[in-house]
Amino acid sequence: MDNEQGTSVLTSGEPTGPIENRWDNHRFATKLVNPANKRKYEIIVVGTGLAGASAAATLGELGYNVKAFSYHDSARRAHSIAAQGGINAAKNYPNDGDSIHRLFYDTIKGGDYRSRESNVYRLAQVSNEIIDQTTAQGVPFAREYGGLLDNRSFGGAQVSRTFYARGQTGQQLLLGAYQALARQISAGTVEFHNRSEMLEVVVKDGRAVGIVVRDLTTGEITSHSAHAVVLATGGYSNVFFLSTNAMACNATAIWRAHRKGAYFANPCYTQIHPTCIPVSDEFQSKLTLMSESLRNDGRIWVPLDPDDSRPPNDIPEDERDFYLERQYPAFGNLVPRDVASRAAMRMIDQNRGVGPLKNGVYLDFHSAIERLGKHTIEERYSNLFEMYERITDENPYEVPMRIYPAPHYTMGGLWVDYNLMTSVPGLYAIGEANFSDHGANRLGASALMQGLADGYFVLPYTIGQYLSDYLNTDPVPIEDEAFTDAEDVVRERNERFLSIGGTRSVDHFHRELGKVMIEHCGLARSREGLEKAITEIQTIRNEFWSDLKVLGTSDNLNQSLERAGRVADFLELAELMCRDALDREESCGGHFRVEHQTEDGEALRDDENFAFVSAWEWTGVGSPPVRHTEPLKFEYVALSQRSYK
Amino acid sequence: MDLALKIWRQAGPDTPGEFATYIVREVSEEASFLEMLDQLNEDLNNQGEEPIAFDHDCREGICGMCGVMINGDPHGPQSGTATCQLHMRKFKNGDTITVEPWRASAFPVIKDLVVDRSPFDRIIEAGGFISINTGAAPDANIISVPKEAADSAMNAAACIGCGACVAACPNSAANLFTAAKMQHLNLLPQGQPERWTRAVAMVETMEEYFGSCTNHGECEAACPKNISIDFIAWMNRDYVKAQFKNVAKASQ
Ligand SMILES: Cc1cc2nc3c(=O)[nH]c(=O)nc-3n(C[C@H](O)[C@H](O)[C@H](O)COP(=O)(O)OP(=O)(O)OC[C@H]3O[C@@H](n4cnc5c(N)ncnc54)[C@H](O)[C@@H]3O)c2cc1C
Ligand code: FES
Repeated sequence: MDNEQGTSVLTSGEPTGPIENRWDNHRFATKLVNPANKRKYEIIVVGTGLAGASAAATLGELGYNVKAFSYHDSARRAHSIAAQGGINAAKNYPNDGDSIHRLFYDTIKGGDYRSRESNVYRLAQVSNEIIDQTTAQGVPFAREYGGLLDNRSFGGAQVSRTFYARGQTGQQLLLGAYQALARQISAGTVEFHNRSEMLEVVVKDGRAVGIVVRDLTTGEITSHSAHAVVLATGGYSNVFFLSTNAMACNATAIWRAHRKGAYFANPCYTQIHPTCIPVSDEFQSKLTLMSESLRNDGRIWVPLDPDDSRPPNDIPEDERDFYLERQYPAFGNLVPRDVASRAAMRMIDQNRGVGPLKNGVYLDFHSAIERLGKHTIEERYSNLFEMYERITDENPYEVPMRIYPAPHYTMGGLWVDYNLMTSVPGLYAIGEANFSDHGANRLGASALMQGLADGYFVLPYTIGQYLSDYLNTDPVPIEDEAFTDAEDVVRERNERFLSIGGTRSVDHFHRELGKVMIEHCGLARSREGLEKAITEIQTIRNEFWSDLKVLGTSDNLNQSLERAGRVADFLELAELMCRDALDREESCGGHFRVEHQTEDGEALRDDENFAFVSAWEWTGVGSPPVRHTEPLKFEYVALSQRSYK
Repeated sequence: MDLALKIWRQAGPDTPGEFATYIVREVSEEASFLEMLDQLNEDLNNQGEEPIAFDHDCREGICGMCGVMINGDPHGPQSGTATCQLHMRKFKNGDTITVEPWRASAFPVIKDLVVDRSPFDRIIEAGGFISINTGAAPDANIISVPKEAADSAMNAAACIGCGACVAACPNSAANLFTAAKMQHLNLLPQGQPERWTRAVAMVETMEEYFGSCTNHGECEAACPKNISIDFIAWMNRDYVKAQFKNVAKASQ
């Protein structure tokens, strides 16, 4: 199972010099496209979540001709809408010692020293502009009585730097970006295609020149060409079947790009979020997140005695194990997600879980309600409490919540350079779809920040560098063979799904894959487990292609057919994730190899041998991928063992 | 529990539809309404009948993608709850449940329970935004917003754009949807410069696609986010005022 290794060392193209000046200097050195020339360029943006909508709107404002695509019915929808907790920025409004440097430092450390310093510093710098921009758009962030913006602290941070709009921050930020996009659509700079799924990236002479799209309502397959293509298509947590992601989230866009030459970086870096509602039955279709912000006021515990079957409120305080407060006195209930999730897993493994299936831990608001009053807790979390009650039929004001870790976010994604360009010239990846800023673990409230940083403030500048070389050239015509061949691939694949005529539904295979992935490539990974997983995935994949049953036709809305394509791609991606996890002989952030841990069970990094990004090159189904590496340099943050004790 | 489902089946926008009846067995009380439909679809697929098409995504009541008429009520019997958040414990063994798509001429059926809600986007494109280019914003705390105004704006902004208000309205009016976005922006200082042009543009676009409001109040009752009908009154006030304000501005 060896991989062919290290055929090339990738360069990020990041600027050198003092880190505070790098982004500025880079912008100055980047070629500009003059305003009158911008309308001569066509840019395709696939995906209109936070990253894609903000990018498409900004590119439109700048004068480019933009075509945006989403499989949703409207750009007001995307997985981004579900983000609850908030968005970080280094404003230091609360005057509690925050700064750009601290946000940078926290993000590098939180990511367990597996991200690129220059990118993270830039992210921290533009974080402040995001708050300015979105406030001006009318995003109704929470305010204090004096009328100024309110902040709260969020998992993994010791300062209050998180801006929020009740428990609906993602919704409000997405609607802000959607409205900015709507303005450009009505101005005619952006042409939006809803219910349209990108199924191929078209590459000619080594450059991305367009995409092939299926209209989900009519089944029509069309080609679209452009000078550059931007993928803003989100993460791949649904490879686990059960996750907190929206049902439609999938990896198809980035996987199709990977198959066309874009390297896939750190696929094994996935985040399992500690505060989700535990699974309750076998028909469950998704997991629901309870925002991490709840950990600010809730205390996590399990009974000291594994056999204690009393209702939680009858268990006296001294018979409860507040295990996070006990093990991590400095951060307590606010340790980063990977640490909190593994601690919960250890409790359940020790058979100390709670609830009917013994698959949860308590998150208890009793002392917060006593201290702050029910009203304050209601103001902070009422919508989350209602959501919890609707799902579980239990009232969290009275009975502690039950929570358990669930797949939530993927730090891995397409490899991009400092300009956010993938290894295929002309093809960009932004938002959760790329691998860039979170290293091996993402801090809470940082995904919204990164998606909007990429979309509003980074890509619109950096894309000029590439475009300027193609001034006064026409996009490749869609009659070109590169397009017609790609269309044929799409049609043949769809016909194949419909003609297998087997006995099992798409969901059946997806569930089976999810079980393998969560067991062997989830919270804890071992060589033995991963090797087993690779064989099992190959078996499921073979069964999928011989026993799948998709009814209906391809010339109208066919949701099973859509899912078949997505699950087919997950079945390939899953194998790459396991191979990457196997190859990375260390533990870092969300990647925990049981062979590599400290005496007290914390992740043990190997900086000497693994301080690099793994970027994998596709070589065909079932054939071992080729690993390229990007070494990581740490000039401003000293590498150290993360400690939250 | 075992249930009988009377579900609207329609192959495409131009084909007539009809109800079909299906039995689903051993539905768990813990399942959500959509998980019950998943279970039915799995059965149908096994039996060789094409699964029922329905829209959904977040399954957390926030994206606004889901939404069907359940026994005649948009999103079903539980108030303040989207279809995806409705749980089967609200039903009992032996129930017959009727499931239909939103019915409104502005929302044509695409297939089975899926409708086209794009006229909502046209209303937003007409003026449901604040015109500010990326990069042009002043420091966020230069704009001070009274907490009450920010809270009210947030109450309006909580709309998920599902279309239940239109489906509930005997006239298929979209006033609650339109008012929610308009008032979110019109209540904030940032929204003032375009307040009056926004009011006219959004109302007039709304009227191109949707019926007129005759104050039934069914929309508020059906709204999964409990958006208040008061916003409609405020929208009407802004629209009337705008007729004068815009003329005054133009003559300056
Ligand atoms: C429940 C939950 C809560 C969260 N809370 C927070 C939080 O509080 N703070 C925070 O910072 N982060 C949070 N996150 C993470 C954050 O929401 C996401 O990482 C982020 O929103 C991703 O944005 P995106 O724009 O990259 O992708 P998405 O929002 O997933 O958008 C993807 C877009 O791509 C389109 N698309 C995908 N594939 C195709 C294709 N093949 N063809 C056409 N279109 C396609 C989709 O239609 C969609 O428009 C949360 C995540 C979850 C699951
Ligand atoms: S599926 Fe998102 S609101 Fe119901």
